[in-house]
Amino acid sequence: MTEPPVRPRQGPWRRAWRRFTGNRLGWRALQVFLALTLVSLFAEVLSNDKPLLVRYDGHWYVPLVQTLPETTFGGDFHTPTDFLDPYIRAKLAKPGNFALFPPNHYHYSTINYYSRVPDPAPPSRQNWLGTDDRGRDLVARLLYGFRLSVLFALGVTAVCTLGGVLYGAIQGYFAGWTDITMERFVEIWSAMPTLYLLIIFSAFFSPSIWLLLALISVFGWMGVAAYVRAEFLKNRTLDYVRAAKALGQRDRVIIFRHILPNCLTPVITLVPFEMAGAIGALTSLDFLGLGVPEGTPSLGELLAQGKNNLDAWWISLATFTVLVATLVLLILVGDALRDALDPRKALAEEAP
Amino acid sequence: MTLLQVQDLCVSFGGRRVVDRVSFTLDRGEKLALVGESGSGKTVTALATLRLHDAARLQGAVRFQGRDVLAMGPADLQALRGNEIAVIFQEPMTALNPVMTVGAQIMEALQLHKGLNRAQAREQAIAALRRVEVPEPERRVDSYPHQLSGGQRQRAMIAMALACDPKLLIADEPTTALDVSIRYQILDLLEKLRQERDLAVLMITHDLNLVRRFADRVAVMERGVLVEQGTMAQVMSAPVHPYTRKLIDSRCEREVGEPGQGCVLEGRSVRVVYPVPRPGIRGWFAKGSFTAVQGATFTLAPGETLGVIGESGSGKTSLALALLDLQKASGHIAVDGRAWVDLDAGGRRQLRRHIQVVFQDPFSSLSPRLTVEQIVGEGLAIHEPGLTRLQRRSRVLAALEDVGLGEDGPAGALLHRYPHEFSGGQRQRIAIARALVVQPRIVVLDEPTSSLDVTIQKQVLQLLAQLQRRHGLSYVLVTHDMDVVRAMAHRVLVMKDGRVVREGAVDQVLSEHLWEELGEPQAG
Repeated sequence: MTEPPVRPRQGPWRRAWRRFTGNRLGWRALQVFLALTLVSLFAEVLSNDKPLLVRYDGHWYVPLVQTLPETTFGGDFHTPTDFLDPYIRAKLAKPGNFALFPPNHYHYSTINYYSRVPDPAPPSRQNWLGTDDRGRDLVARLLYGFRLSVLFALGVTAVCTLGGVLYGAIQGYFAGWTDITMERFVEIWSAMPTLYLLIIFSAFFSPSIWLLLALISVFGWMGVAAYVRAEFLKNRTLDYVRAAKALGQRDRVIIFRHILPNCLTPVITLVPFEMAGAIGALTSLDFLGLGVPEGTPSLGELLAQGKNNLDAWWISLATFTVLVATLVLLILVGDALRDALDPRKALAEEAP
Repeated sequence: MTLLQVQDLCVSFGGRRVVDRVSFTLDRGEKLALVGESGSGKTVTALATLRLHDAARLQGAVRFQGRDVLAMGPADLQALRGNEIAVIFQEPMTALNPVMTVGAQIMEALQLHKGLNRAQAREQAIAALRRVEVPEPERRVDSYPHQLSGGQRQRAMIAMALACDPKLLIADEPTTALDVSIRYQILDLLEKLRQERDLAVLMITHDLNLVRRFADRVAVMERGVLVEQGTMAQVMSAPVHPYTRKLIDSRCEREVGEPGQGCVLEGRSVRVVYPVPRPGIRGWFAKGSFTAVQGATFTLAPGETLGVIGESGSGKTSLALALLDLQKASGHIAVDGRAWVDLDAGGRRQLRRHIQVVFQDPFSSLSPRLTVEQIVGEGLAIHEPGLTRLQRRSRVLAALEDVGLGEDGPAGALLHRYPHEFSGGQRQRIAIARALVVQPRIVVLDEPTSSLDVTIQKQVLQLLAQLQRRHGLSYVLVTHDMDVVRAMAHRVLVMKDGRVVREGAVDQVLSEHLWEELGEPQAG
């Protein structure tokens, strides 16, 4: 045989991953983003107005998961204990007693009644980034708000990506009338005024994060579908698909096993950008007051507060920083992914 | 008088040297053919004389009329390109700008290099098109590339290249993308123009038939090194370097067995019709139709090869797809006596096992993200779902060894590799293994060797002939390559414009007469 010898190499996904990790900026951004997300998932342990663990009069309590009336700690009321109350604090500080508090002593809904300055309070030793105009700790609001944004974005992206891939795959693979009919539907659907619908819906239903997720997803899958459709239209006429058909392979298997892996490049590249878009959408709806219900920690609501309290610079500055950092991280990741999955770079690497 | 002198030219991309100390000269009015397989560096060498590779590092010397090209500044280089040295490329559809008319593209060079005004340039462009024998040049000058046929596009490319009266024409595979019947016309045109203007031609090609017909001298390249050069007669009749000898011997030999009795595949009045959009408002309500295959009738015996030949657009691939039931067709197509139309979906699936296919392009015919084991084993998973993993794997290994992939080492090492790790010839072997693993009776070969290098072509054809003898396979061989048909087929169908225009035993049909009918003169 005169053909050059076979060079052992890894699969296409592995090589794309290697190219991605080779991009230091993008890879670091992903690491930082994942670390922040992981930290925010443990927000209850990091920022809460209840101690994680209490020893009082020889008994152990876990207030984080238990509801303890104030009488447990020698108080007068049967209401749940307010651990920020100086009276309770003093009781817990007695010899033999012990309380392990989270690093930040406030839950997102905790109102700091013991602040000495009017709300919104500037950064201090108690409230590291100050409080908002209702006396709630900004660090806690930002931490929980970040978590909500990221989880919301993940949810929207997952629903949109799955829906879009499925829709586009069916459209592109079967082509012809199926394609035309489904494409007309997309055209009509994408012409719907999303913002008006959201306003109308927020009048009909009580606002909730799930309603928002559903509404934003329902209008967000068309971009992915368009990419997947184009890729399927291209791939369905390639010989490897014909060969699979000639073998008698079922349509479902051809779609998912043969064509789909070759169409995922644009889908994966879009994911970080879609997440950034979803965070932006949630923030702007909250900012307008059409978003999550009152009291939910939300970056958009904080931005609105910042706008209403221009002298409380710490609100807008901190929220702005968190929002921009999140979006920049996502976009850096998306940029690196796009480079890593660029077919031209893959080809250049394949050339011996 | 020496026009172009290339001395110890080295070209490197990154750290990799793709052309290694190549030297040759070209005299005024001379025809030099630079021959080699893909990846041998012949195109890189030729384009380096114009410094058309931005990323390349060039060493050595290139002198055009005594001036050192490698030392030229940008202005001199621009004056050289197009004006004194012109290039025509393999694929005129991509080398021409699709959104500019042909005339505008020819005029651009004239206005740039000769400083003509629009009216003069247009006159000259029409004259240039007339010289390259484009019919109705006054009308064609305003045509867009897609409105011209492949041959006309290549003629327009030549007109564009020659508009400024260059002294040297670099022709990079000028006929490869064209139909056989047009190839020699283009070659004759180049020869006529060369004589008229005392033009030197540097022809880059892998097709030795073209070289025999066209060149004065030949230079053979292998892996970036110029291994042999000399006059055409000398190199062709007494090649010195083993690689040259191998290239010249790569003409396929006939080693096929005798066909058996019976009929495994039958087609009666097969007709394939495509819907095409109608222009204007009528297209909203009704579709026009284009008949790709019109009433083809044939039979195929066990162990027999039926060659289907014709130019592109003659309907041969549509016919092949119809046989595989991958394309809707009317008429009667029966595999092993069972007709596709009589069967339900399950019956068709079962029948597919008996008729398999190998496509032209081994780069697109293998799923890029599946491993060799998954690709070859897929047919088994469909048609013999009862096999255990180990049984399936051993069948896959047997198929890979059957197609000669076990020769460089144990075939087991190949199972977990992906298609991109293999060369073109190896991929084509994998595609053949995928077809054979389900033990079909018929294999449809759609241009099985057209995208392979000549030496690999010969190996693949030998393999196919061996497999036919070993397993008693019947082949339907779709190709435009007369040499391949001559080497492989027992009987031949000749198609033109969707009709079968000739049919019969291979030596009867491939006679003197057929060449005239297809418009291709007898080669070499």
